Amino acid sequence: MTDSAMPMDETWLDDMQRAAFGYFAQLVDPHNGLVPDTSRANSPVSIAVVGFALSAYPVAVTRGWMSRADALRHSLAALRFFRDSDQSGTPQATGYKGFYYHFLDLRSGARVWRSELSMIDTALLIAGVLAAASYFDGDTPDEIELRRIADALYRRVDWSWAQDGGDTIRQGWKPECGFLHYGWEGYSEAIVLYALAMGSPTHPITGDCYHAWTATYQWENLYGGDFLYAGPLFVHQFSHAWIDFRGIRDAFMREKCSDYFQNSRRAVLIQREYARLNPHSFAGYDESTWGLSACDGPSDEQQDVSNETRHLFGYAARGVPYGPDDGTLSAPAVLASLPFEPDIALEGVRSMLLRYPQILTDGRFASAFNPSLALADGAPWVSAGHYGLDQGIVLMMIENHRSGFIWQLMRACPYLVDGLRRAGFRGGWLQQPIHHGAH
Amino acid sequence: MPHFDASITTPQDTYERERLAHVHPTAWNNPTPAACYQLLIVGAGSAGLAAAAAAAALGVRVALVERHLLGGTCLNTGCVPSKTIIRTARAYAEMRDAARYGARVPEDIQVDFAAAMERVRRVRSHLSGDDSVRRLADDGVDVFFGNPQFTGTDSLTVNGIPLCFDKAIIATGARPQVLSIPGLREAGCLTNANVFNLTELPRRLLVIGGGPLGCELAQAFCRLGARTTIVQDLPLFLPREERDAAQILSDAFARDGIEVRLNTQVVGVRVENGQKLVDLVSDDYRNTIAVDAILTGVGRVPNVEGLQLEAAGVDYAPGTGIRVNDFLCTSNPRIHAAGDVCLEDQYTDTATASARIAVQNALFGGRERLSKLVIPWCTYTDPEIAHVGLYVREANQQCIPVKTFTVPMHEIDRAVTDSEQVGFVKIHVREHTDRILGATIVTRHAGDMINEITLAMVAGVGLRTLARVIHAYPTQAAAIRRAADAYNRTRLTPRVRARLQRWLSR
Repeated sequence: MTDSAMPMDETWLDDMQRAAFGYFAQLVDPHNGLVPDTSRANSPVSIAVVGFALSAYPVAVTRGWMSRADALRHSLAALRFFRDSDQSGTPQATGYKGFYYHFLDLRSGARVWRSELSMIDTALLIAGVLAAASYFDGDTPDEIELRRIADALYRRVDWSWAQDGGDTIRQGWKPECGFLHYGWEGYSEAIVLYALAMGSPTHPITGDCYHAWTATYQWENLYGGDFLYAGPLFVHQFSHAWIDFRGIRDAFMREKCSDYFQNSRRAVLIQREYARLNPHSFAGYDESTWGLSACDGPSDEQQDVSNETRHLFGYAARGVPYGPDDGTLSAPAVLASLPFEPDIALEGVRSMLLRYPQILTDGRFASAFNPSLALADGAPWVSAGHYGLDQGIVLMMIENHRSGFIWQLMRACPYLVDGLRRAGFRGGWLQQPIHHGAH
Repeated sequence: MPHFDASITTPQDTYERERLAHVHPTAWNNPTPAACYQLLIVGAGSAGLAAAAAAAALGVRVALVERHLLGGTCLNTGCVPSKTIIRTARAYAEMRDAARYGARVPEDIQVDFAAAMERVRRVRSHLSGDDSVRRLADDGVDVFFGNPQFTGTDSLTVNGIPLCFDKAIIATGARPQVLSIPGLREAGCLTNANVFNLTELPRRLLVIGGGPLGCELAQAFCRLGARTTIVQDLPLFLPREERDAAQILSDAFARDGIEVRLNTQVVGVRVENGQKLVDLVSDDYRNTIAVDAILTGVGRVPNVEGLQLEAAGVDYAPGTGIRVNDFLCTSNPRIHAAGDVCLEDQYTDTATASARIAVQNALFGGRERLSKLVIPWCTYTDPEIAHVGLYVREANQQCIPVKTFTVPMHEIDRAVTDSEQVGFVKIHVREHTDRILGATIVTRHAGDMINEITLAMVAGVGLRTLARVIHAYPTQAAAIRRAADAYNRTRLTPRVRARLQRWLSR
């Protein structure tokens, strides 16, 4: 394969985006609208993946890959499922206090794997729910019903309960032991969680909660540039899938004369510089082969090409510059950097595909690959199947890069806009009045 | 596997006899008390010894009272033995990791635990000479061994013998906290007070507590060959430190082969067939592990009991120790306190610094403040984790705009040549200035490197000046210079750069 055989043009992007959408189209359960976490056999549902699916359908309609009626049917099925789901908080329920367990059974929708009631994954689901409500603005009974259910699902989430009396939002809760001990410290993907929690007309978190969280931020000069530090790349992407952070700033970013979009650009440059330096001498790393993020990975101790024992982390949030780093890279995380640094992101995926064509299966990127763990034929270790989160973020970020469509859709979501304003965001598009019906 | 005997006492070898001759000779006769001491010091650990030395150097008539051993925790059961055993553990780790340095891994690496512990006793004995009772006596200090009990605001007894003082300093230190876990006491556990008495390596060791002591000893015993599990009730080790530092330590533990159990509580211990079965709970997950020994390192409690502090009019609380003001004065204006018995920061360096303040303030009515001290500390794991000054979260909480200059060690030539790229130097400054607020260093020699930052903070030296300091090349401390260079580059704003270019192109 040569450069000329792989033009990274609009058509290629369209193909990649459509292939990513294929994940949702092929794997969605038509009865309840739920979508599995991965394409592997017996994968449970991840509620965050459902959030990505709900955001993907409007894109697919506008791109002509799906009819509006089918998109509405899938969306409505999912929203009805969550509306009618068991909210008792018992070990086999679906949710509690308007939140949902992280992993659910694909058919019954009941909790599996003793998973936690997840605040961030519920937020990603609700962001998708609100995207659907923003898109389906017609006067048909089904679209009206969809908007009503979306509103009810959002209003039902008791964000203030998730504070558990503390300064910031807890990460999880289990019926067996109550709130998990983990809290949020440092910049993370949680801005969308905080914005939704602050915009709630029914159960908002207190105003100083967001400030308490940003007080844990670390503003660092690293590799020659200033940066709101977070190690894994997905942290710099997930909230950006829904929220257009260009030109809007909270108090922290006003003080630093930056914004979260600029910061994600910086994150790309830091990832690239880290891979160039390649402190642990992993195979394949260089200026155009990078992408340390939350992704699948090899988990057993295996011998790499230099016959040295490596310590491998399985599915983990890999990050720079402090690790963890076991030589595993995420191509979806590179492609999802498209809105921030399009040239660098495209150069990255081009380079990776040329050197490791095995990372593309069914037209989609595998979750991760590890060239340090080469097989006998020289091919890198590649994660089996596909992950819904990867396909979702790729689809949405390609769309935001191409048209800003999802950003436009969410600008018309009054709850999110209110939440951002209450979190102290000002400037840019937030100064403009909301235009309902963005498509 | 025989029942592991954790109650074993220190072997009475030449080294031990020499140490005891230095720090508590059996034949010692307490001196005849003077009519009244200008300064009486209760406790002869790091703080008490520092106070005695400072006072004696001034020609003050000083008495020093010790219940047990001169040198206190640091010499006998703390820093000295732990750093000594850590060095041996590091040697074994480097042997196993030799390929990383382009060296051949020795075949059949056998840990000689008894030899490691003998070295601990030898080093400890050697260093005890500095704190010996003879030296103190030669310096003019009256040393009394026995139980001190205050009898009034200016008097106490030692084993019933009355001593009178004009001023006193209480420096009785702290002891390991005993956990109230059901069954733990019956099963027996190690603390820093007895772990260095071991002559036999426990095959399987559970360390309870992910603070500095627990982390250091868990890594050391793992490297010496014990199958080690460390349990920490919080989601990260070293909760006081930056999460990146704690994360790097977690990764290092995983590489060493320590079984890391974060966010986990020990809820019960029982002994069956000579092994200790320990029940663990992590959120909703419960399991039981079998070990041969349990080491606890979960904090320390100040030694305030038995002193009759009430008679002296000295306020205290059992958990937090003697109450002092910023001048280290207790509720009795004649009596000051120093070291672990009254301080939140329980480090040897802080104890000695506080002792010097207490002497100054007690004898000369000085107004030196504890809060003015710039206190560095270090956890001597591999890599080491050292800190001085403010943390970012503290600066944020105090609404001080803070910016961090970060240099990963993989950017430093000497770290690369030494294959020690793990870690970083982070220097926190007040935004838009070069004033250093604090720093965290994580690297193999972080404890040595932090001193340069401490010096800069004490001397009021900022990053601009540090950038002018030539650092010997190649050294790992060059990371500090590199951070200072990064600061200098931020001064070169686009406007300044444009002006410079105009000037250069005249």
